[in-house]
Amino acid sequence: MAKVLGLRCRECGEEYPIAPVHVCELCFGPLEIMLNWEEITPRVSRASIEAGPSSMWRYWDLLPVEGPPTVGKNVGWTPLVKAENLGLELGLKNLYIKNDAVNHPTLSFKDRVVACALTKAREFGFKTVACASTGNLANSVSAHAAEGGFEAYVFIPHDLEQGKVLGTLVYGANVLSVTGNYDEVNRLCAEAGDKYGWAFVNINLRPFYGDGSKTFGYEIAEQLGWRAPDHVVVPCAGGSLISKIYKGLHELDRLGLIDGGVPTRMYAAQAKGCSPITTAIKTGAEVFRPQKPNTIAKSIAIGNPADGYVAMETVRKSGGWADDVTDEEVLDGIRLLGRTEGIFTETAGGVTVSVAKKLAEQGRFQPDEIVVIAITGNGLKTQEVVVGQLGHTIGIQPNLDALDRALATENLLASAAR
Amino acid sequence: MAISVLIPTPLRKFTNNEESVTAEPGTVASLVADLERQYPGISRSLLDDKGELRRFVNIYLNEEDIRFLEGKETPVNEGDSVSIVPAIAGG
Repeated sequence: MAKVLGLRCRECGEEYPIAPVHVCELCFGPLEIMLNWEEITPRVSRASIEAGPSSMWRYWDLLPVEGPPTVGKNVGWTPLVKAENLGLELGLKNLYIKNDAVNHPTLSFKDRVVACALTKAREFGFKTVACASTGNLANSVSAHAAEGGFEAYVFIPHDLEQGKVLGTLVYGANVLSVTGNYDEVNRLCAEAGDKYGWAFVNINLRPFYGDGSKTFGYEIAEQLGWRAPDHVVVPCAGGSLISKIYKGLHELDRLGLIDGGVPTRMYAAQAKGCSPITTAIKTGAEVFRPQKPNTIAKSIAIGNPADGYVAMETVRKSGGWADDVTDEEVLDGIRLLGRTEGIFTETAGGVTVSVAKKLAEQGRFQPDEIVVIAITGNGLKTQEVVVGQLGHTIGIQPNLDALDRALATENLLASAAR
Repeated sequence: MAISVLIPTPLRKFTNNEESVTAEPGTVASLVADLERQYPGISRSLLDDKGELRRFVNIYLNEEDIRFLEGKETPVNEGDSVSIVPAIAGG
């Protein structure tokens, strides 16, 4: 028997056979994977997972592919860092960073979704893959296409950070730089989607793509010693990741693999310049209003999030909350995480850290509770935004006199004397 | 001159697989009604039981999301083009 029974509309419940389709024909709602639990449950245990590879594929039984992984075999199993120093600043004794800034191979959580989507793309028989991207997905699709021998077409907004553009071109993808924001890139790709018969990872492969994010949640629970955290703070762009982390925790619970159930509250983090999801949650609105993004946090600048409702429902159902921060606070968040934990995150991570700080200040976490901050991308890719924001270098001639003078001038002698 | 309407793949079974069809000017609401007259069944995917646009449906007038305009009451004039687009996941 197959692991996946089919696809089901999250909105109206209509069911579909396994195919590269992503929206319900009846209501345009998102389609989700229906796993065959009867087949899966008997063969999954803590021991079976722990005996698996040190990658996201240790959870192969719970991912929507039928064969072995063929693309992205080393993705995932990133560190869950106990953040003692940041915890001191925020008044939290059990604060953790799930650090996908060092995910293999392209340094963001997107490697998880792409490994899953391209392994499925090969099973479907596609030769060409594509995506609409704010940068991280572009990097990941391009790299994995190179690994898997696919031709790749990557669509990005024209004003992306250089690191993200170069980090796509290097793998040999065809990069189409679109004059417009991500929502406009999205619309173009939706219209182009089926015309060329490509595997668009976030369009026609969306159900298979999305489930790769569940591994972010599985890993958190396993790395905490098979228990779910009390709180998880997640950056929101399209709104999928936050719901998949929550889904992942509940799936482990369903399998009886975690102790203490899932008390987890989920928190959405956005930048004020693009906050359709957090605004709706904070105002108690049923309907989110799309926005025209204006923020330095470009990787999460999606004004019309496809899974916005799913994200809102996840936050509400879990008893969590949401908040948003200014671009200045995004920079503060990047500096704070770097200074306290030695982790350099991109702008989205700056958003998440600063929102976590705000939530802590609002008293939403008890000091002993387990809080996880989802860091999903790497700061080396968005260097432009921190240029001139991180202090300055001290220029000297290569001799000791010059060093002495510089240390005196900079008032650093105290530390030099030690 | 009529309005050109871009039809997404999930709805092309109603339009004999036509990617683009035409409709009469008016408003977005009257345009959807016109599509239903021409292609019976198509509006069930676009409108909920109360006749409101479904929340996962995106409709663009020329380059603009109608939620930034006047929603269902947005005027659609001669020469405009309308796209119906499903939502797309983040990236």
